[in-house]
Amino acid sequence: MELWTSTHGGALLAAVVLLPFVGMLLGVVLGGRQVQRAAFVVMPLGLALALGIALAWQREGQTLVFLLGGWAPPLGIALRADGPAVAMLLAVSGVVCGIGLFARADFDTPEDVKESRAAFSYWLLLMAVWGALNLVFVSGDLFTLYVALELLTFAGVPLVCLAGSGETLRAALRYMLFALCGSVLYLLGAVLLYGGYGTLDIPLLAGVVRPGPVAWTALALMTVGLLAKTALFPLHLWLPPAHGGAPAAASAVLSALVIKGSWFLVLRLWFDVMPGVATLGAAQLLAGLGAAAIVVGSIVALRQKRLKLLVAYSTMAQIGYLFLMFPLAFEAGVLVHGAALSAGVLQAIAHATAKAGMFMAAGLVYAALGHDRIADLAGVARAMPLAVLAFAFSGLALMGVVPSGAYLAKKLLLDAAEGSGQWWWTLVLQGGAAFTASYVVLVLANMLRRPAAPLQGVKPVSSLSQWAALGLALCSLLLAFAAVGPVSSELIKNPLDAGELGTTLLVILGGALLALTLSRRSLFAAAGAPHSDGALRRTTVVLGMAIEQFDAWVRRWTTAGLLMLLLVGLFVGLLRAGQAA
Amino acid sequence: MNVETLFALCACALVGIGLYGLITQPHPLRKLVAFNIMGSGVFVLFGALAKRGAAAGMAADPVPQALLITAIVVAFAATAVTVALLLRLIESTDTASLADEPSAGD
Repeated sequence: MELWTSTHGGALLAAVVLLPFVGMLLGVVLGGRQVQRAAFVVMPLGLALALGIALAWQREGQTLVFLLGGWAPPLGIALRADGPAVAMLLAVSGVVCGIGLFARADFDTPEDVKESRAAFSYWLLLMAVWGALNLVFVSGDLFTLYVALELLTFAGVPLVCLAGSGETLRAALRYMLFALCGSVLYLLGAVLLYGGYGTLDIPLLAGVVRPGPVAWTALALMTVGLLAKTALFPLHLWLPPAHGGAPAAASAVLSALVIKGSWFLVLRLWFDVMPGVATLGAAQLLAGLGAAAIVVGSIVALRQKRLKLLVAYSTMAQIGYLFLMFPLAFEAGVLVHGAALSAGVLQAIAHATAKAGMFMAAGLVYAALGHDRIADLAGVARAMPLAVLAFAFSGLALMGVVPSGAYLAKKLLLDAAEGSGQWWWTLVLQGGAAFTASYVVLVLANMLRRPAAPLQGVKPVSSLSQWAALGLALCSLLLAFAAVGPVSSELIKNPLDAGELGTTLLVILGGALLALTLSRRSLFAAAGAPHSDGALRRTTVVLGMAIEQFDAWVRRWTTAGLLMLLLVGLFVGLLRAGQAA
Repeated sequence: MNVETLFALCACALVGIGLYGLITQPHPLRKLVAFNIMGSGVFVLFGALAKRGAAAGMAADPVPQALLITAIVVAFAATAVTVALLLRLIESTDTASLADEPSAGD
């Protein structure tokens, strides 16, 4: 396998990075109404390019490489696309197109309407996010990755404050400052690696890097910096206000796509740059943070009064899932590209599609009702069945019901957990599904309730937007079929098979129980649930409030900053201890 | 102590001061300045490494310098974006506080 010469189809990698940026610059030059047109020209072209890369990758049967200007590393810069990169490129193109269709209704500028700054910025930023993500996926060296990551942040932050209110500006500023803190840590790690090994090209570096103080410190610093940008618990201080406050079309981009960039970079670091340096202990810590994110994120989600904040906290919980695969990917003490990695990438794609659908559905409900108070959602199911269906499908897809992508990912991870004897991750994987089910059940129970009085003044919403949301949710729900090629099709069972149906029902039942015990009473009281408070209910209410307080404490700037330092220390310690053993 | 070690120690001090400021200073502008101090620490370290890593008889390794200038541009852009955000925040709320808003409320 040749990683330092251009392959056939390599030029496509440069094109897929350039195209969104060219579209963006054209948009700036043409201005006003033309931006949206530029975006709608770029979207199908970008999708076609991603498809072309996938085909070329399949035909070549190896990593696609493109040397910029023909200069080979270490002096030159290479773009490379391996399996995970190709999968992410395709998925992101699909999701961007879906979000673009959805956003048409919100950010359209017809001939007779005055151009607005929000619409102009939205289309530019959408293309910028897309280009930056493509660069993250295909970059072949750690410094280009740093630049790509910064581009992604610069494009993501303004999306938070498109509405321009004080609250969203504050959320954007918090996001920006915390992300900058993360990127300095990443850069420091990269500089240390350059100092130690004299190159930043990923395959070259992977060949020479050895466990030692330089590699441990660099890996710990870079990982923690990236976790801050991904908002993995306990470094999520910026996520809920940012994702919950942005317009729906922007929240979908932030939640489904932007956080995947820094997550993918953690993947690159651990699996491609330093597979021999990473230790099982450090991976357990990473996945342990993921498990904590699932529990805390889900419970705080259950206690939210507003739908968009609930979905934002659900993102925080889902980020936890993306890190569960790290300890399961070890074979004989070394990280390997195997089923667990495929499961992780599949999980990320499943989350990207489902979460985009979910935020869109929440946004549509908000647009139609003029509010998104969960307690007052009764009757929405009748008023806007498509949006509610999209929410339900996204929820099912996130829970991991057959044949969703999350289901297949869970299956692969469960097998890996069993194979390596790490039974505790089996518990987390199964329990996590119930936690996901809990907030989906809570919202659907409120949406499906019969209203006391017929809903008045429901504003009509664009049907294209509703279909876009439903389409993305369906993509996630049927994702397992798309993955049949790379993984065995025997893994996909008939969803109505007795065993599968049993598991699904058990998960939903568990979720309903969690929702009943941990959510705010007002939500179920309105549904006609009994009012009497037993001792159990009182205990769980106190528990829920305690976790909410804990989350608020963790999200304080000082706490998060100190936790960041603590995590760096822990990672260095675990990397060192693992090598000595 | 040779020059490179002195530079490396300076870099450590700058990163430390920056980190301290980022964590403890509540005002966003001070946090931004702290970020810049921390970034400068990293840049100083990178420059010192260029001197030490110079092989093949060159006065200094040119690659870190090329990367440095890019990193400085990125940090400058980050500072500009943050200041713009901060100005907008002050314009619309008359405060520049990042204080925890009651997110669980309303």
